[in-house]
Amino acid sequence: MRRRIWVWQLLLLVAIFAVWQLMTQPGLVPPLFWRDNPERAAFFFGEPVKMFRVIWQWFTDGTIYLHLWVTLEETVLAFVIGSALGLAMGLWLGLSPTASALLDPFITAMNAMPRVVLAPIFMVWFGLDIGSKVALGVTLVFFIVFFNVYQGVKEVSPVVVSNTIMLGANRRQMLRTVYLPSATSWVFSSLHTSVGMAFVGAVVGEYLGSARGVGYLIAQAEGAFDINTVFAGILVLTAFALLLDFAVTRVERRLLVWRPTQSETEQL
Amino acid sequence: MPAIEFDRVTCTFAARGDARGSYTAVKEVTLSIAEGEFVSVVGPTGCGKSTLLNVAAGLLRPSSGALRVMGQPLAGINRKAGYMFQAEALMPWRNALDNVTAGLEFRGVAREEARRRGTEWLARVGLAGFENRYPHQLSGGMRKRVSLAQMLILDPQIVLMDEPFSALDVQTRQLMENELLELWSADRKSVIFITHDLEEAISLSDRVVVLSAGPATHPIGEFTIDLPRPRDVSEIRMTPRFIELHDRIWHSMKEEVLKGYAQTRNRLSA
Repeated sequence: MRRRIWVWQLLLLVAIFAVWQLMTQPGLVPPLFWRDNPERAAFFFGEPVKMFRVIWQWFTDGTIYLHLWVTLEETVLAFVIGSALGLAMGLWLGLSPTASALLDPFITAMNAMPRVVLAPIFMVWFGLDIGSKVALGVTLVFFIVFFNVYQGVKEVSPVVVSNTIMLGANRRQMLRTVYLPSATSWVFSSLHTSVGMAFVGAVVGEYLGSARGVGYLIAQAEGAFDINTVFAGILVLTAFALLLDFAVTRVERRLLVWRPTQSETEQL
Repeated sequence: MPAIEFDRVTCTFAARGDARGSYTAVKEVTLSIAEGEFVSVVGPTGCGKSTLLNVAAGLLRPSSGALRVMGQPLAGINRKAGYMFQAEALMPWRNALDNVTAGLEFRGVAREEARRRGTEWLARVGLAGFENRYPHQLSGGMRKRVSLAQMLILDPQIVLMDEPFSALDVQTRQLMENELLELWSADRKSVIFITHDLEEAISLSDRVVVLSAGPATHPIGEFTIDLPRPRDVSEIRMTPRFIELHDRIWHSMKEEVLKGYAQTRNRLSA
């Protein structure tokens, strides 16, 4: 069954690109729109064959690796820094009612703000290098992790807390053995979203101004109205995001073995 | 000298979302448990049994009155007591062995030593070979065994149990009760065992304390259980003496149970 679905998914993908090619390649079929100018469809939507040629070129002459590496670096840094800050803040506010009462409106306001507008400011502060992209990614990742950890701390079972107190844990041991594991499990449950956000931060940052990265490649091609290269960049980014997501799933499975899932639960 | 002594303990809670005032869960409870004694506390549902236990554990400070442990007034957490909760209390992110050794870890026992003793205790509660299972991979009865080992590995002088087996099916429950008795008879600890099941109370205990219906719960009767030990909980239920004791205690409880039931019903219909 799983094999069959794979085959169908692959066929669907091929079909999409085939239709795309049919509709855009000048002179292949009589145009449905823009009957006066057969080149126009290709201009607006690109031609898959040419896109794949660009991608092939990138990977064979190796130019793409530097850009991919930069984007990956930014994504990973943004994710790690954003998660660490979110975890620390979430634990702090989750465990201190005073701090959370004081800071609550500020956090809400900062979360409500569309943070992509901060990108230009970060460029002034951190320059056009990876610093500004990481900063943008951090602001996106931070809030996802923060809210998850905050929730995680609040939702630790009071019975587990009382039990751990009765077993003799002091405050530090309590934090280490109860709050931290519970909070990290929430971080991991938001892993897909936060890695995705780190990636968005990196690419948007590159797109708005940089000298390297896949976002930069796309911005450059767009400036030259080279739609095939733009789509080639988007395809590479998509494939890359899928790979990241796959890696995250692997990590998640290893780290959350203690979590019951419907299929895993094994009653004895 | 009693192991635990409640001296006119009263617990009043500020009623949340209710301006009319407060709720007195337990009132003027005076009760003492001797060293090595197994005492069950029975009472109708919602009568504040758990409140009493939380006071004994030091998790809850009484509004008035005092609690003495081995003659000393209790301040803070009761370090001499182990507490087995009614609800799931295991850390879901730790496997059975790491849950059992948690208390040793907090006390700074070396890891090797802790693991050795943890494995030993898991075997003692019948879970040898389940060291690496996480709580969600164990059945309800097995989780209770892990909780029991987790508490007893610390060798507390006083054991507090809050309806520990109420979520189990009858067969598993009788099995666990027998195991508990066996472990208890090995080194008689002082036990306060809370239950709403009178049969369970009689078959386990040296003494049964009956509480009144809430609010302002207080003990209304004490019965010494003179059944011979060692006991088998499923067999002892058939003996004439058991039935006689059951009759007497039930007679004194009945009124309170009906009262508690009527209150709950009124609260629901109001």
